[in-house]
Amino acid sequence: MAQTNIVLEAKDITKQFPGVLANDGVNFNLRKGEIHALLGENGAGKSTLMNVLYGLHLPDKGEIYVNEKPVLIHSSNDSIALGIGMVHQHFMLIPVFTVAENIMLGDETVRRGMLDQNAVAEKVNQLSKQYGMDVDPLALVGQLPVGVQQRVEIVKTLYRDAQILILDEPTAVLTPQEADDLFRIMRDLTKRGVSIIFITHKLKEVLAIADRITVMRAGRTVGTVSPKDVNPEKLATMMVGREVNLVILKKQANPKEATLVVKDLHVEDDRRYPAVRGVSFEVHAGEVLGIAGVQGNGQTQLAEALTGLRPTQSGQVTLAGKDITGKTPRVITETGLANIPEDRQRHGLVLSYTIADNMVLCNYYRPPFANGVVMQPDQIDANARQLIKDFDVRTPSPFVPASKLSGGNQQKVIVARELSRPIKLLIASQPTRGLDVGSIEYIHSRIIQKRDEGAAVLLVSSELDEIMVLSDRIAVMYRGQIVDIVPAANVSKEYLGLLMAGVKLEDAVKSAPKQEKEIKVERVF
Amino acid sequence: MDWKRFSFIALVIIVLFGAVVMVGQSQQRPILIITSMLATTIAVATPLTLGALSGVFCERSGVVNIGIEGMMLSAAFFGWLAAIYMFHVFGFPIGISITVGALFAVITGGLMGLLLAVLSITFNVDQIIGGTVINILAVGLTGFLNRQLFFGKGSVFGGQVPNSPGVLPTIHIPIREIFAPLCSDSIICIENIRAINRVFDQKPIAMGAVLLVFIAHFILFKTRWGLRTRSVGEHPKAADTVGINVFKMRYANVIIGGCLAGLAGAYFTIESVPSFEPLLTNGRGFISLAAMIFGNWTPIGAWAAALVFGASQALQINMQLFRESIPPQWAFLQQSYVVGLAPYILTMLILTGIIGKTTPPAADGVPYEK
Amino acid sequence: MQAEKQSSSLARQILKSATESSLIPFLAILTAVIVGGIIISIVGGNPFQAYRGLIEGSLGSQKALSETAVWATPYIFAGLAVALAFKGGLFNIGAEGQLALGAVFSSLIGYALPGWLGFDLPTIIHLPLAIIVGMIAGGIWAGVVGALKAYTGGHEVINTIMMNYIALNTTSFLLNGIMKDKSPTNVIARTPMIADSARIPTIFEGLRVHWGFLLALLVAFFIWWLLTKTTLGFEIRTVGLNPDAAKYAGINVKRTITLTMVFSGMLAGLAGAIEVTGLNFRHELGFSIGYGFDAIAIALLGKSHPLGVVLAAILFAAMRNGATRMQFITQLPVDLISMLQAFILLFVAADAIVRYIYRVKSKGERVVLTRGWGG
Repeated sequence: MAQTNIVLEAKDITKQFPGVLANDGVNFNLRKGEIHALLGENGAGKSTLMNVLYGLHLPDKGEIYVNEKPVLIHSSNDSIALGIGMVHQHFMLIPVFTVAENIMLGDETVRRGMLDQNAVAEKVNQLSKQYGMDVDPLALVGQLPVGVQQRVEIVKTLYRDAQILILDEPTAVLTPQEADDLFRIMRDLTKRGVSIIFITHKLKEVLAIADRITVMRAGRTVGTVSPKDVNPEKLATMMVGREVNLVILKKQANPKEATLVVKDLHVEDDRRYPAVRGVSFEVHAGEVLGIAGVQGNGQTQLAEALTGLRPTQSGQVTLAGKDITGKTPRVITETGLANIPEDRQRHGLVLSYTIADNMVLCNYYRPPFANGVVMQPDQIDANARQLIKDFDVRTPSPFVPASKLSGGNQQKVIVARELSRPIKLLIASQPTRGLDVGSIEYIHSRIIQKRDEGAAVLLVSSELDEIMVLSDRIAVMYRGQIVDIVPAANVSKEYLGLLMAGVKLEDAVKSAPKQEKEIKVERVF
Repeated sequence: MDWKRFSFIALVIIVLFGAVVMVGQSQQRPILIITSMLATTIAVATPLTLGALSGVFCERSGVVNIGIEGMMLSAAFFGWLAAIYMFHVFGFPIGISITVGALFAVITGGLMGLLLAVLSITFNVDQIIGGTVINILAVGLTGFLNRQLFFGKGSVFGGQVPNSPGVLPTIHIPIREIFAPLCSDSIICIENIRAINRVFDQKPIAMGAVLLVFIAHFILFKTRWGLRTRSVGEHPKAADTVGINVFKMRYANVIIGGCLAGLAGAYFTIESVPSFEPLLTNGRGFISLAAMIFGNWTPIGAWAAALVFGASQALQINMQLFRESIPPQWAFLQQSYVVGLAPYILTMLILTGIIGKTTPPAADGVPYEK
Repeated sequence: MQAEKQSSSLARQILKSATESSLIPFLAILTAVIVGGIIISIVGGNPFQAYRGLIEGSLGSQKALSETAVWATPYIFAGLAVALAFKGGLFNIGAEGQLALGAVFSSLIGYALPGWLGFDLPTIIHLPLAIIVGMIAGGIWAGVVGALKAYTGGHEVINTIMMNYIALNTTSFLLNGIMKDKSPTNVIARTPMIADSARIPTIFEGLRVHWGFLLALLVAFFIWWLLTKTTLGFEIRTVGLNPDAAKYAGINVKRTITLTMVFSGMLAGLAGAIEVTGLNFRHELGFSIGYGFDAIAIALLGKSHPLGVVLAAILFAAMRNGATRMQFITQLPVDLISMLQAFILLFVAADAIVRYIYRVKSKGERVVLTRGWGG
């Protein structure tokens, strides 16, 4: 492709946040009609770069060129005017507005002082027909499935005549099949002259769809390559900066008695709609049961109900032979539960507490940390120092507030607290979400270690790769029910994808053999 | 407004009106009592309606306004003060003086709104603390100036509170003139029409409040401004990504809210009675918030809820009229300590959510940080 | 050697954090004094004379000091009430009503109990009883709001204010009715004088400062100990900082919220009870007005730390006490103090403004109270 086709170029972008150099002299360019993947692990600076291009952050240094003309992008208004559109990882949609209202917001059609929703709806219909994306303009966004919401986001950018489209981790919320559908739409868009920046940390997707790949690491661009010239290992090394230890030393599981038994559990969500609808399964001591599924299919509510954070409507839960249905978190914890919660900053930590206090959050009231009514600071400090050493928490002192730690170290504080107790069951929800590779490796190995020590492990994750690598058995949830539970050893990703979409094939090729190498790579990313 | 809350409002109003009719029917015909209650209800609901509208604008844009009480109080004071200065010191005629007074009240409210905006939007002060600061500041400022300007050394009024130029006049809607001829000679018919007319003959701020309810509804749900306001209250980041200036939208709406609370303040000293006393708002700013919550953050719903509070106050006023005919076992109802509790207990009841839960804007009370 | 070094560095750390955390309140007071001075000049007063009057009136003599302590006593209790609630993530705007209720019941026990029993009680029983009943009354009054918050989500800010009005109506109902002083000369809504056996003795002959002031200091120390050293304090603070994490940690959040509010109300009730038994010896309608807002200002100025609350309460007491002298010298009305205090509160709450003016960098975390309405 000729050099003159460059529609967007960022030169030497530098952006400093308090304590972090998020972008350090980054260079990036996008050609007309291509899909350019931006690859990097969490915290590599991909999102910062995109926010700079979209006008949400001002760079400290550097220049941006659109169609080879230097431009200043101070706000999203500027970027929209330049034909740049962005689909954010967390959708920028207002659930209580209709699709048409969401799409016109900021660029409203007004007739005689009033919003003209019908005119917008007409244009939306026209756009969705043109690009093969089915959306109902008068539906309330909050009632649409995630996949459709994503289409609304894309239509929203096209409505503003975007010629450059930034997609930030668009597949994170999709089933593999939905992701394929998205890739088809992306191809369609590029044929019509739209250029796409595709941000991801998933290697396989990059190799499948991208025309070019730029890899970022620690705020810098490592290099730009063509998918023809690389393989997953090479990309992984570029991303992480070292040979990634791809082999996990995972022994054959040795499951024993059923530790957690769940029978016909029903749970409601915050809006009192049924979220878990009759779920039954067992987790045995010494095995990892993975709960897979697209986000929002009841996994969160299931984990919360099992850990006592959410009331159950009906059904029965037994832990180590004891009925814990509807019991308080304290009772369940004392029965032998360790809980790595999904939202570590909301549930797992008190951010303004010190690390030492956070490390006794669940057992502050028991000896040796308290004696009757009075707390024992010496014991609490000693405990923290020990755990910081044992679990490799990077901190200058145990008296630093948890808010000052990086995401990975925050998660290690939680893991240290939960795994340092004698436990029978570990429930880990999204244990590595948003973490760097080093922390992911560490936390994975700790989870497996607990399994090997004889604990039952329930792993809830929307990262299919994480589920496939850690689990001994995999349960797939769809709309509040478990579609199927399959052994992890010989299941294909494709079949799991079908299950995640609610399709269960009785006699389908459940056990397509899978290449060993692939697992290893996907384990990490 | 779902059926549960709507029927609750209807029920309470029927019960309140029914009580007065039962007590007073030996002296007056029910229609006269009901119309008199209605007229009082609409009038006394005015500051609550405006206060609730103030809350709706602030909170729809994502800023919790607990300072409505203080905004009302300071507006009531400065509006009244301006009217007095215009009349006594600068010698303007009554009409101009009180109009300027009303204007000053609105401006005072707007400035208090600006203060809340600066605190909560620019300086990220916790919004409830910011509102409390406004409440306390209003008490301190009005208390001090009220004393100092009238009784202090060198006061132009020399230690005497001068008479206020007066209050806004009632505006007559000519229903009587149009319909009375249809009655031919029936005296009862004419009396009924006069009674009905009284419901519509309100003072300007009371009329304006009702009008503003519908204007606010139109603005919030039919216009570009409203769509953008609601968007910054629901999901400010989403609004930001499509080029809406979250800070400007919030500033503007909080100032609008302040002006509305200021108009509510004007009701007390410019429209209702021509005098000011410290703490005269008496919790009505907070009751407005309850009305706003019960009305599910919609202007019309909030108005309906404000009318319930107005009716409970009207009950108290109308009971006084029929003091003699209250049976002895109901005599305690006359005691203002007892009937006066109704709005407060009603507010607490509403907040429990047992009469239907409502949903605040998703980003209500959450400062927006880029 | 090592231990010594550690302890000295610890001492330095404490000193450093103490100066750091008192810097902003100090600058806020300074700014409020300047702004207040400007307003005084505008309305025709002399700010220097006014402030001189304030200082003389509050610190200038033995009597002035005693009166400042007298004023500070209820302020410390009420300030602690609001501060404790803040620590538990609750905003108690209703200290005023809880204080009034405490005073009503304390005075009821004080004047009526001997009559009910038919014999006189010794001070050692009567006085503690009067204080404790007042304290419990305040606790129940606030506990209702706490329970409503915990179990129905009704927001405590509006509910405590509503309870203030209900308290005001209730006390005026009682003080105009069954509890009214029936002596023929009395026309005021107030109770009879309480018995001598229910009165707190003064510390010094001839000065009004009573042992209640010392009790206030002791209670402040107790609250500090409760919050920082006990498991209950840990639970209250955890619920205050992050109720979701508290629930996860196995803390009974609803019970803790209710309990925090009960404790808070007890402190406010204590303020009322001590005012009755230590100073006024009766409940006169309306004496409680204004304490609620003052208590909020004191708690915020004291950063919700018990020691800070004590210092802020003494400052506010000094201002109230000095106001009379100031009025005498300058003819400025005592209400000036309310305005001055409002400005102090404004600059303490909006510490960003103060930091901006004096270019002080931010370190601490923001107070977060607003968690939606839960309507």
